Amino acid sequence: MIKKLLELDGIFKSYPGVIANSNISFDINVGEVHALLGENGAGKSTLVKIIYGLVKPDSGNLLLNGAPFKPGTPSEARKAGIAMVFQHFSLFEALSVAENISLGMDHPPNQKDLGEKIKSVSESYGLPLDPAKTVGALSVGERQRVEIIRCLLQNPKLLVMDEPTSVLTPQEVDILFKTLLKLRSEGTSILYISHKLEEIRKLCDTATILRLGKKVDTCTPKNTSTKKLAEMMVGSSIKAPKKINKPAGRILLKIENVCSLSKSQFGTPLTNIEFDLKQGEILGIGGVAGNGQDELFAVLSGEQISQKGSISFNESNITKFTPNQRREIGLLSAPEERLGHAAAPNMSLIENILITAEQSQDLVSRGFIDWKKSKAFAEKVIKEFDVRTPSSKNTAGSLSGGNLQKFVIGREILQNPTVFIVNQPTWGVDAAAASSIRQALLTLSESGAAILVISQDLDELLEISDRFAALNEGTLSQIEKTADLSFEQIGLMMGGAKDLEARNV
Amino acid sequence: MFKLEKRPQQSQKWIYLSPFLAVVITMISGGILFAILGENPFEAIRIIFWDPLFDPNFASYSRPQLLVKAGPLILIAIGLSFGFKAGVWNIGAEGQYIMGAIFGASLALAFYPMESKLIFPLMIIAGALGGFLWGMIPAFLKAKLNTNEILVSLMLVYVAESILASVSQGLLKNPDGYGFPGSRNLQKYESAANVEIISNSGMHWGVLFAFITVIFSYIVLTRHIQGFNIQLTGEAPRAAKFSGVNPTANIVFCLGISGALAGLAGMFEVAGPSGQITIEFNSGYGFTAIIVAFLGRLHPIGILLSGLLIALTYIGGELAQLMLGLPGASIQLFQGMLLFFLLATDLFANYRVKIGTN
Repeated sequence: MIKKLLELDGIFKSYPGVIANSNISFDINVGEVHALLGENGAGKSTLVKIIYGLVKPDSGNLLLNGAPFKPGTPSEARKAGIAMVFQHFSLFEALSVAENISLGMDHPPNQKDLGEKIKSVSESYGLPLDPAKTVGALSVGERQRVEIIRCLLQNPKLLVMDEPTSVLTPQEVDILFKTLLKLRSEGTSILYISHKLEEIRKLCDTATILRLGKKVDTCTPKNTSTKKLAEMMVGSSIKAPKKINKPAGRILLKIENVCSLSKSQFGTPLTNIEFDLKQGEILGIGGVAGNGQDELFAVLSGEQISQKGSISFNESNITKFTPNQRREIGLLSAPEERLGHAAAPNMSLIENILITAEQSQDLVSRGFIDWKKSKAFAEKVIKEFDVRTPSSKNTAGSLSGGNLQKFVIGREILQNPTVFIVNQPTWGVDAAAASSIRQALLTLSESGAAILVISQDLDELLEISDRFAALNEGTLSQIEKTADLSFEQIGLMMGGAKDLEARNV
Repeated sequence: MFKLEKRPQQSQKWIYLSPFLAVVITMISGGILFAILGENPFEAIRIIFWDPLFDPNFASYSRPQLLVKAGPLILIAIGLSFGFKAGVWNIGAEGQYIMGAIFGASLALAFYPMESKLIFPLMIIAGALGGFLWGMIPAFLKAKLNTNEILVSLMLVYVAESILASVSQGLLKNPDGYGFPGSRNLQKYESAANVEIISNSGMHWGVLFAFITVIFSYIVLTRHIQGFNIQLTGEAPRAAKFSGVNPTANIVFCLGISGALAGLAGMFEVAGPSGQITIEFNSGYGFTAIIVAFLGRLHPIGILLSGLLIALTYIGGELAQLMLGLPGASIQLFQGMLLFFLLATDLFANYRVKIGTN
């Protein structure tokens, strides 16, 4: 007989200006993997925070094992048997694994006992972990393991996982799934949050789909097609970007032997990066976060000057060029972090135009800003990239993630870059915006620009890039034609296997 | 139950409203304070805020004083506002003010008793240079060694005060001054005197410079790329770097301009209202200007108004001391409360209060 573990009944939660959850009801059964599926902004995070005691609902009830459940704080939720692995880890990099885990416990045992416990639990679930290691020295996948083990030590009845695979290589994903299935077989329920449809179809028993704060449906993902799931999630059918195969042209950007130290203590230095970027091609750089992506971007955008090696553009050396000098010759870039790096949150969109378009659009003469021209260009970006905003005078911070990203990408693309460097073009962006950004990148490459896309979204790179390479601990793998690659090979490249042939794959 | 709720966008209305609310709350709290001291609160408030401007007995003296006091405050606060917008915290305007005065006075005394139309313009340049150079010390240390400019600029105030004490008893001491510390009175040296442009108005050259600076600053901040870069650096330092703003140049510009303007204020003061270099020459304008800058929302027009208001509290406070025998510290208390309530009411720009239960 199916036993219900957690019942949600009519959960309602509003924030100023948005209704995050409207009347959401569904049940999580004992021993099932229950998916919570939805786009960014669909209300998944709010719902999970309610379950975990971080947010109080405006109305609606929770029942745990049939009894009313009103967690006021996360520690109350933990006591009731609910554990959560967040998308963004809360770990101290300078402390060891065991120290980090004991910090999250209400009554930590001594370090030695805890170490043994960590070892035994981690091994029995196939997640090997050394309790004495410093977290700063761990890969992102290993850090996630720390968070999972931390949860497992509480013997949870319900494990909540927020987008766990976004930071993992395909191989690591397989290991994680094995662990989760083992937990399920022991009777633990799992609430699995994701927007990756294939994963959900593979792993989950039930799926609840949210859209714009409302429940759309609860279904069995194995019996539902990916297309149907996607349509339920997005609400309409998405146009997939169209890719035209064309021969690449001459080399526009040549990177030789570039090395660069990282500015932050736990960043990743780059070692001997080498690649060419050709006219009309998209080169995709994959890899798990924290393997040198930010450092590579900074060296190419000019925010960081590489200590060694050379960067040449159209055969002239630009290694020491500042960001503005690079913009002048047509090398434009768009960073990953929208708020604070690509755009200033409290400034208007018109002002944000000036951040990168000053030279190419001739917005400043003799030191004085031409606000009319800036406004016109801002409005052009808003119109051509379908940025939803009441006006160009609104601040960048008031836009949704997807709209601001369209603005940031559009601001560069409409300056007609010769070479375009972009880091995580669709990170945290809704599916419709992501698809239009990818289409814009493809269109730009068809017009002859060379594009470098750094991304952690493998599906995205496979969809748009002509060639693919992976960053691992600051070094670049061999570059392969994307069309020839299998998922397994990509996983090996991301894991650091340099020469695929030698490994006999 | 009150609940604070973050606004999706900063409220423009509250940004302009909160200084006025802060003034009102300060008046109320001040009134309560005076009542506790046994004074009639309404009379005390009237004496501080109304009588200096409109009482027939005091206004003829007080009104010119308003500009005399507001001039240096505005000049210094405008300079500081550039740095405060960019996140460069120059707390040492008082020191730059002193150094500007010493440089300006030294130049004048070097030419004494020669009379020439060139001396006063040269003093202006020397005064600005003195403050500029004093501001360059924290700028250089921050750019090269990443020191904290708050600490360095503040500590340099005490160095400047020591230099002031030394020169007023040594290098710049009036040889005809019967051994008293302090320099010759520049008011009595025609070529060096900072005179009133319109007599009995308090409008001396420094006040004119302050008004010009307000206009200049308005143009730079709203129309010029340098002003934009300063604001961008303050709002989002990473975006500024991405945009190609040179952080070192920014530090040098902000500390340079605030130092130069503070130096100018010091020069106009020593050549005008004060007249001479003495040990007690500086009276805290450099610190009070910080309040003026924030009360004015770091906006040129706002600083103009808040400079006048704070000047009024100086004059009114003096009047209150005279009329009611209030302690001298009550002016500073008033100014401190004003900043405190301003920072408190600023909350409403970013949050709204919701009344009701959970």
